[in-house]
Amino acid sequence: MVNFMVSLSNPMEIETTIETKNLNLYYGDFRALNDVNIKIPGRNVTAIIGPSGCGKSTLLRCFNRMNDLTENAKVQGKIIIEGNNILELETDLIFLRKKVGMVFQRPNVFDLSIYNNLKFGLRIHRMLSDKDHIMQAIQSGLEQVNLWQELKDKLRKNARSLTLEQQQRLCIARVIILKPDIILLDEPCSALDPIATLRIEELLRILRQQYTLVIVTHNMQQAARVSDYTGFMYLGQLIEFGETNQIFTNPGEKLTENYISGYFG
Amino acid sequence: MTREIFKKHIQTLEKEVTEMGEMVVTAINRSIEALKVLDSEAAEKIIADDVKINKKRWDIEEKCINLIATQQPVASDLREIIAVLSIATDLERMGDHAEGIGKIVILHGKEPLIKPLVDIPQMADICVDMLKRSIDAFLKRDAAAATAICAEDDKVDLLHEQVYRVLLSYMIENPRVITYATYLIWAAHNLERIADRVTNICERIVFLTTGSMHEINVSRY
Repeated sequence: MVNFMVSLSNPMEIETTIETKNLNLYYGDFRALNDVNIKIPGRNVTAIIGPSGCGKSTLLRCFNRMNDLTENAKVQGKIIIEGNNILELETDLIFLRKKVGMVFQRPNVFDLSIYNNLKFGLRIHRMLSDKDHIMQAIQSGLEQVNLWQELKDKLRKNARSLTLEQQQRLCIARVIILKPDIILLDEPCSALDPIATLRIEELLRILRQQYTLVIVTHNMQQAARVSDYTGFMYLGQLIEFGETNQIFTNPGEKLTENYISGYFG
Repeated sequence: MTREIFKKHIQTLEKEVTEMGEMVVTAINRSIEALKVLDSEAAEKIIADDVKINKKRWDIEEKCINLIATQQPVASDLREIIAVLSIATDLERMGDHAEGIGKIVILHGKEPLIKPLVDIPQMADICVDMLKRSIDAFLKRDAAAATAICAEDDKVDLLHEQVYRVLLSYMIENPRVITYATYLIWAAHNLERIADRVTNICERIVFLTTGSMHEINVSRY
């Protein structure tokens, strides 16, 4: 029995990491991930880069078992998060996805008020207590994504009336409010303009002090700007993983160099 | 193959560095020839031509800055542009050292040399050889050759010490030659600095090729 809840009971005391061991993922007969072995350090931003179809989003979705929702997806190997193999059958997926939150390409706010968007996760995870505590949690979440001052008087407004950047910040707040250890971000800025992108990147640099962030991006400059570690994937394989400064100045693999230099992809 | 335009820009940079290297080689050779025969007219030309070397440096720097700003180079492309920036700076300073020798020729005037020049032209020959080989190593991305060139700096240092010792003995023997002996010591010093600048270039070639940034040959000066 995986003792997942116990191991994550005090995240501030635990150096959060994700480790995969010989991770393979098949969509039917297609091998989307090929023996991926990666160790993602805690309280840092790790970027996963690579050309389209290389498996970077597939890898990201493995970390909170989102691939379980994909028909024909079959996973082999191990994904160890804080000592537990999350691929074990006994893993509590609701709890896993609370602790390993996810932000998607397009802001996926619900057609509800800002307040109810944030309350939604608390309700699903039965973290509701009294009204004051809910309000405190919502305020804290919005403060962490620098939205509180803008939205504190508009909490009953429909979340879809916000700008795309505000919506994406709100989505991040919705994850944060559940007190995750790890936040997965799948191309979180691809729908945003350059200025909004830079502001989200700044937010990620702040959030890394409290959370382990894993970001998938096809924007190499973004990976270079925002991450501490970078993994380069190609055809389902992790070609190289290392400190971002090293990957972008002196990569160890020619394939990495050619990709980040724009010679293919 | 993508980034063909970027590659062409990089090739242009390499061509410009080669041209600048040739300009500096010419300046060093001319400065020593002018010193040997105290040709102040040739010295004036060296000083005037240094402006062209300086301009070449600014042109190269501008191209590098534009490439960084517009192309966002990374990895070896980035290291190459950084190396070129550094090499252009060192070449420009070498041009200044050749110009310095030209100025010494003018200061020296028509007063005959206190001794025939032996070690100083030899220093210049080694410097020019080191510089030519370093540009070749840059174009070939040859870190081993670059490292080997740095060893030559010791020869220049030894000759510099020798020039200093000999001229010191001349000054002790006859204080009236102190001014002219000092001019020659300055000329030798300029060459010694040129050799040091070549080792800087070689360090950049090693950085460009391997990504490792370190001092290859620590000068005794």
